[in-house]
Amino acid sequence: MSVALFMAGAAAAQDKQAQPMAQDPALEARVMVIAEELRCLVCQNETIAASHADLAVDLRNQIRVKLRQGQSPGQIRDFMVQRYGDFVLYNPPLKPATVLLWAGPFVLLVLAALAMGAAIRARRRAGAGQPLSAEERLRARQLLGQDAPVHRKAAR
Amino acid sequence: MKRYLLPLAVVVAMVCLLGAGLRLNPREVPSPLVGKPVPQFRLPTLAQPDTFISTQDLRGKVWVLNVWASWCTACRVEHPVLLDLAKTASVPLYGLNYKDNRAKALVWLGNFGDPYRQSLSDTDGLVGIDFGVYGVPETFVIDREGVIRLKLTGPVTPEAVRDTILPLIGKLGA
Repeated sequence: MSVALFMAGAAAAQDKQAQPMAQDPALEARVMVIAEELRCLVCQNETIAASHADLAVDLRNQIRVKLRQGQSPGQIRDFMVQRYGDFVLYNPPLKPATVLLWAGPFVLLVLAALAMGAAIRARRRAGAGQPLSAEERLRARQLLGQDAPVHRKAAR
Repeated sequence: MKRYLLPLAVVVAMVCLLGAGLRLNPREVPSPLVGKPVPQFRLPTLAQPDTFISTQDLRGKVWVLNVWASWCTACRVEHPVLLDLAKTASVPLYGLNYKDNRAKALVWLGNFGDPYRQSLSDTDGLVGIDFGVYGVPETFVIDREGVIRLKLTGPVTPEAVRDTILPLIGKLGA
């Protein structure tokens, strides 16, 4: 009897705070999906889902409370962005301030491709890949030994 | 010799870029709250838990809000600066006692001095979340219209008071 009362009391106390994870795994899964996309501001390379920082725990509680109130993941993300800025999003929106972030890698890729193309062309112009002259052929044969065929690469 | 010039230029450019990057402080997240209205709150004061202060009570005046806690070691570093600020500034300094234990907070103020007109008890940290607090101490300047004009993260330095906070307060006309 007293055990049952104690348990009821404990359940009521838990209800007032955020409910622990095991009580509603489906809700907890939804909390984690949202928390995975949010950066913990205290330990900046962790998500709010992974971090044990106090603030991350509080923010997970906020997500849980808001989901229970029926808010959508989009509304909850907006709530976070209003307070902490785009910085909390691991998937930041494309806007003037973030253009460099989004386009930078592709710009670098194009620049690298252009540089490689220029290097290859310069090398061609310098004569690499041209057939050997008779003189070079003779010298190669001397270096490689008399029998070595020098007109075919990698021939044994 | 000339063939080394381009790689050298690339390396120098990289070093400059990375060097500049090292000097930036990744903790200084630009606050989206600057220029926005101060969050709505109604909190008990630390001194008298049955007295409440709300956003409305502070409208019409310029005020400074400092987020602090007795468990926050960096708060001790900035504390003398705040005591000075409270003496020299013409505007009230309010404290947001963030996720703290009331008894410990009162002892802390008793030991180190109390620069605050009032401290508000944000025991569960929810008002802190509304203020986008992520690293205590943080300091905000709020204008007459209730708009946040400045946010500083980390301990307030005498330089920040002299070069940023006091000129801003002067400009806001307090």
